Amino acid sequence: MKLKTALLGAACALSFAPAAFADRGTDGEVKFTFPQAVSIMNPFLSSGTKDVYAASLVLEPLAGFDADGVIIPKLVTEIPTLENGGISADLTSITWKLLPDLKWSDGSPVTADDAVFTAAYCMDPAGGCAQLSKFDGVAKVEAVDASTVKVTFTGPKPNPYTAFVGALSPILQKAQFAACQGAAAPTCTDPNNMPIGTGPFKVTGFTVNDTVTLAMNDQYRDPAKPAFASAVIKGGGDAEGSARAVMETGEFDYAWNTQIPPDSQASMTAAGKGEFVVAFGTLVERIEMNMTDPDPALPEGERSTAKHPHPFLSDIKVRTALSKAIDRQILSDVGYGAGGKPTCNVVPAPDAWASDNTGCIAQDMEGAKKLLDEAGWVPGADGIREKDGKKLHVLYQSTVNPIRQDFQALIKDWWTELGVDVELKAIDPSVFFGGDAGSPDTFQKFYADVEMYANNSDGTDPETYLSQYQCVNAPSPENQWQGENMNRFCDPAYDAKVKVLTTTVDVAERQKIAKELNDMVTKDSMTVIPLVHRGTLSAHSNTLGGVKINAWDSEMWNVADWFRVK
Amino acid sequence: MLTFTLRRLLLAIPTLLVISLVIFLLVDLAPGSPMSEIPLTVPPDVRRKMMEALGADQPVFVRYVLWLRQFFWVEPATLFDGWFGTNWAGGEQRILSWQSRAPVFTIIGQRIPQTLTVIGTAYLVGVMIALPIGIYSAYRQYSLFDQLGTLFAMIGFSVPTFFSGTLIIIIFAVTLGWFPTKYDTNLSVTDWPSFVKQLQQMAMPVMTLGLANAAVISRYMRSSMLDNMGMDYVRTARAKGLTERVVVLKHVLRNSMIPVVTVIALGIPSIFGGAIITENLFGVNGIGAALIGAIHASDLPMVQTLAFIFAVLIVSFNLIADVLYGLLDPRIRYD
Repeated sequence: MKLKTALLGAACALSFAPAAFADRGTDGEVKFTFPQAVSIMNPFLSSGTKDVYAASLVLEPLAGFDADGVIIPKLVTEIPTLENGGISADLTSITWKLLPDLKWSDGSPVTADDAVFTAAYCMDPAGGCAQLSKFDGVAKVEAVDASTVKVTFTGPKPNPYTAFVGALSPILQKAQFAACQGAAAPTCTDPNNMPIGTGPFKVTGFTVNDTVTLAMNDQYRDPAKPAFASAVIKGGGDAEGSARAVMETGEFDYAWNTQIPPDSQASMTAAGKGEFVVAFGTLVERIEMNMTDPDPALPEGERSTAKHPHPFLSDIKVRTALSKAIDRQILSDVGYGAGGKPTCNVVPAPDAWASDNTGCIAQDMEGAKKLLDEAGWVPGADGIREKDGKKLHVLYQSTVNPIRQDFQALIKDWWTELGVDVELKAIDPSVFFGGDAGSPDTFQKFYADVEMYANNSDGTDPETYLSQYQCVNAPSPENQWQGENMNRFCDPAYDAKVKVLTTTVDVAERQKIAKELNDMVTKDSMTVIPLVHRGTLSAHSNTLGGVKINAWDSEMWNVADWFRVK
Repeated sequence: MLTFTLRRLLLAIPTLLVISLVIFLLVDLAPGSPMSEIPLTVPPDVRRKMMEALGADQPVFVRYVLWLRQFFWVEPATLFDGWFGTNWAGGEQRILSWQSRAPVFTIIGQRIPQTLTVIGTAYLVGVMIALPIGIYSAYRQYSLFDQLGTLFAMIGFSVPTFFSGTLIIIIFAVTLGWFPTKYDTNLSVTDWPSFVKQLQQMAMPVMTLGLANAAVISRYMRSSMLDNMGMDYVRTARAKGLTERVVVLKHVLRNSMIPVVTVIALGIPSIFGGAIITENLFGVNGIGAALIGAIHASDLPMVQTLAFIFAVLIVSFNLIADVLYGLLDPRIRYD
């Protein structure tokens, strides 16, 4: 058997040899540029994407996702499933088997204890772990033997691929972080900046918010990888500058997050030094409707709460009319170019999870006007629609961002044509998303009629994301305005369906329920009106091979396979 | 003189304390939260725990007193320990950045060299361009050279660095391909080729900032020269039969330099403050880029500490300028 395996291995190696794969460390340096500089290399203390992606070159989870969102083994022999017994029949535990002879970059062996420690590190109540939700419902993590990790959940868990899966939940080395647990976590500057990992690279130098230098990891499990001997990540500047450094001057090989206007995309591509790649995850730019009354005349504490339904947005005809008046294709073309496409779903991807809802894409101004007429809102002397002496006046808020202001202006035009008086408001993003309960301008307080921002589901399974629209999640004074159901959407049928989703195991059935839930908040009730499905636009040089952009995990998920095109 | 300096130094203490309190309160009252950069997929209770771990949920007064203690005791003690191997700080908590969890002073220490080289050089280049332009423009007032000098100054004044910088990038990096657009902070100058590389990567930020600096200083130089050109002593000098060269460069220039030197000296603290836009544009990891990054991320300890250091620099350079006046100009006496 052993001989057969060896022969097979040799045969594989031979068959791969002509495919221009370089040996380890023969391709020089790969240079990344990020528009936001890397602050820390420990994803548990920062969920900023820049930090998570940079860390993914060094730290690895047990399993990750490929470009299609399919789970793939990284540090384990195989993905545990019900069939292979890795997941217990009652869905309360999952058992991972580590690869044999796995080593940290310092040469010490990777053991199940490291995973157990990582779980304890993140679940420590004083640590302020940013990825705590990855360990939701985890009762205990134990080492069955040196290479077997068993995660036990508090109840049946239909989607157990959360802890130790994906770039957000990697394994830390126990020996390095042992003194950094709990309250000490933020003070461990050196481990946080230069973690020891199992990935294709190891950190050799770290300048806060500027540069990370990395060298290939001699202990990496595949002796032929990575092709690059070193890597450097330079951060700072803006998306335009990063894109230029790859596409026009060719100083860098890969630029993450080069979200630039469509006309700049075209002119930079014309320079012929690189290409833009786009990955569509689940990020959707949307308008959220306020189902409650934000009237400033209401006493503080009752404004924008379930006590007072919205005077006109609680009428589905008005909400539908507002959605029909929008031309999503134009928005996508103007704002994002190749990096966007119009959508009617809050869960736009992966395909298997996305509803086939496309009814909103074609603009229907006449239909919209008819709906408002039917609802009793008729044009007044000044062209603004009114009903019972009240004008149809909409306060439309969003964050300060050039694309969002373009969207606001376009949508204002369409709504004005419809006979709606639109007032625009742009709020600093650090306030809007800051969640300060004392500020009137947070997106949770929603002291406006409609608001626009982007949100996404974490990973491929949208259960957590869809459960945000339950009644209990509405922000209100009782919960210090913390909650994710901005619309104050409240439908017992929706809540009941979410309950069903949390207990359903069969994937096809889960996908069906998710689509139904998606339709309930979008086309059935028009509570959320999705506009554009946004991708992440990145750029890579023509001399860099092997790039497969991925929206479900780190964009550098397969960096070990990257090579220099000669 | 000594009494004056001592009195000013003592007076600086309460001034700085008040400034620190005002900075702390202003920065703290500004809207925004360190959690705003975190993706929406992180649930609210996790956000709350992260705030607690940072100590950001403490009342502002508690954080102020803690910061004072860290700034005036823990940080100097740590520095002292680092030099002499003592243990004064006793492992006490240093001022940590909320964004990177690294000590604020370590970050500043990493960034000061870049700021001083790039911004300092730009300042020097600016001064060296500005002085001849100012002198000759004043000497040949309303000549073609003066008009061109005025045009140059107006461009330098009115074109913002984010525009001139981008223009310079497009000309020199994209079209001509002479210079890199991103500053490589890991480059260490060891031999001739690496020195050339350093010059290349400094060229564009220095050009951008040098233009802006030169514009301002050349106008000061010109008007100061004009003031002196019409003075009686200049006529006397010419009547004595001195050459124009001696009149302008010895008599007029020396007297005209007094206000200009003050302007140049008072501009020095701004070198330490870095240049927010230029540093960001060219990827120079200096103090300015750190400040704007910290502001975006609502990294309050970093913003507060940097703002306070600027305040200290400005107060001390004002003091230095005042003392220098007394030394340079015998007519000024403080006692």
